[in-house]
Amino acid sequence: MVVAAFSDFMQQIVSGLASGGVYALLALALVIIHRSTGVINFAQGEMATLSTYIAWTLTVNHGWSYWPAFVATLAISFGGGVGIHRVVIRPVERGSVLRIVIVTIGLLVAINGFVIWQWGGEPQQLQSPFGTDTYTVGGVVVAAHDVGTIAVALGIVFLLWLLFQFTKVGLAIRAAAVNPEEARLVGVRVTWMLALGWGLAATLGAVAGMLTAPTVGLDPQMMQAVLIYAFAAAILGGIDSPIGAVVGGLLLGVLLNMLSYLSQYGVFDWFSEELRLPAALLIILVVLLVKPTGIFGRPEVKRV
Amino acid sequence: MTPRQTRIIGFVAFAAFVVVIAVLPSFISDFKARDYSYVGIYLIALLGLNILTGYTGQISLGHGAFMAIGGYTTAILMAGNEEFGGPLTGGMKDVWTLPIAGLVAGLFGLAFGIPALRLSGLYLALATFAIAVAMPSTVKRFEEFTGGGSGIQLFGTPELTGSIANVKIFGWSLTPNDWMYYLAWSIALVAFAVAWLILRGRTGRAFRAVRDSETAAVSSGVSLARYKTLAFGISAAYAGVAGGLFGIASAFVNPDAFPVALSIYLLVGIVVGGLGGLSGLVFGAIFITFLPLWAQGQDLGSLLPNRIIEETQKPGGPAIVYGVVLILLMFVIPNGVGGLFRRIGQLISSRRYSRSK
Repeated sequence: MVVAAFSDFMQQIVSGLASGGVYALLALALVIIHRSTGVINFAQGEMATLSTYIAWTLTVNHGWSYWPAFVATLAISFGGGVGIHRVVIRPVERGSVLRIVIVTIGLLVAINGFVIWQWGGEPQQLQSPFGTDTYTVGGVVVAAHDVGTIAVALGIVFLLWLLFQFTKVGLAIRAAAVNPEEARLVGVRVTWMLALGWGLAATLGAVAGMLTAPTVGLDPQMMQAVLIYAFAAAILGGIDSPIGAVVGGLLLGVLLNMLSYLSQYGVFDWFSEELRLPAALLIILVVLLVKPTGIFGRPEVKRV
Repeated sequence: MTPRQTRIIGFVAFAAFVVVIAVLPSFISDFKARDYSYVGIYLIALLGLNILTGYTGQISLGHGAFMAIGGYTTAILMAGNEEFGGPLTGGMKDVWTLPIAGLVAGLFGLAFGIPALRLSGLYLALATFAIAVAMPSTVKRFEEFTGGGSGIQLFGTPELTGSIANVKIFGWSLTPNDWMYYLAWSIALVAFAVAWLILRGRTGRAFRAVRDSETAAVSSGVSLARYKTLAFGISAAYAGVAGGLFGIASAFVNPDAFPVALSIYLLVGIVVGGLGGLSGLVFGAIFITFLPLWAQGQDLGSLLPNRIIEETQKPGGPAIVYGVVLILLMFVIPNGVGGLFRRIGQLISSRRYSRSK
């Protein structure tokens, strides 16, 4: 009984880390856009869904194998993200925050409509590149897809860290986000750097979508709940902190799985699967009220 | 234009608007009158949201939740909830539940306004959004009060005025749709006048001061805590009345009647109507009521070429049109219809002054 409980516990941790990895990627996308454009991109989830449908079309309708389709989707998403910034966001960027928020909401509605218009509303199946195998390690059953998800998520985060810390482009993107005027003075092409930020965010979303689809099934509403979890993860870690987004995402994934694990054993027995989303929202509210800057966020200093 | 002239023009325009509203049902079909009654209902909610967001600068993405509180208050007062095991017997006539719906939602608004004091800008937007998202599952959780997922049915109950037969009032006989139209619009016009009175005085000045600079407002002796909470309370009360009317007009409340999309569309409505103005909100209300229909190729939409209409009638098509129109509007009229009005007014007055030179 105790052994079974322990292996069950470990399984929940692993699958929690896997879903947390997906939240982390999408949260990271939100953070990148928030740092550069200063808004929450409400269309982030729909952009990810669109990318996933593109991957699905490439593999199912055009007979591509998984990894080439994966890379092609990332490239298309990157271009799409840059395009969205150039065409739709840039004209309103200097206006009020509310105007940009409404534009991202318009994007959300339009992209969701486009996906339904193009591919229909019925769910599709996207295969997992890691197969449906399970491994047993020390009595703990682990799904290959979960392990693969964690590996890909962490790998992407590592690559992104390399990009931001050790390349000139990464430095320029950070400079454009922190202080656009001064960055322009030292020769950074600020609007292009912001567009690159949108491209990177779209790419991260694409990865998150492609990792989500095999477990929950591909449908036009697939990323809506994931986007809320990503909000929660970003707020938990601090909306301006990339590390915070990753830690927040993983933490949130494990935390939510722990709640359902404990509810099986009589602790927190009020918890049920429908309460996963409200629980995440409760986390948003509590963090915002207790420590609005999140775990890793720096307090904002206002100058009069 | 001098302020006095502006005010006279404003009064004349309002009077003309009241006349248009009063005679409109004679020119449209009975069925359309019901659509226009929803315009009135949305207008009430938009007035409230604009007091909070447009005048006080506090973004709310959760006003649908306050509408839900109003809608459920009305429904429970009318139908009672004994059948689910709750304590209220119901039996109140629909119109009388509306002030209570406003009051209850207003109290919730005040209560939420206190923790919201700590938040501003996007953080507040996310916190209110969280409430809108959590609302449906919370309503389902308290089944004994709310009837859970299946909601509360009002159609055909004796408390609902004119659910089947015509309504006789002041010697007039109104069809159920016309009755709903006049009920919604009488309340909307009163709500408009009340909003104008609140905003033109001391309270309105304090709201605007908070919006323009919190620091400056505090140093001029405006209490941030008092006015932000007050704005939340007033705004939620408006949403509550609108929600109550919404329940009466649909003769039904359930969690899906107040989805997250409703909260988002309310925000869209005030931005399209123009933040920090009242008259433009009528267009915001028309926009959120009718754009979904136009996007499907009805009414105005039928002017579009047939090829486009065919495409928009496929599933997903209306949403594409809606989203694209919304984005284009933000490009073309960044300050909403109200901003467009002000711009035209400025052009006229600047011409007058340059001519008199």
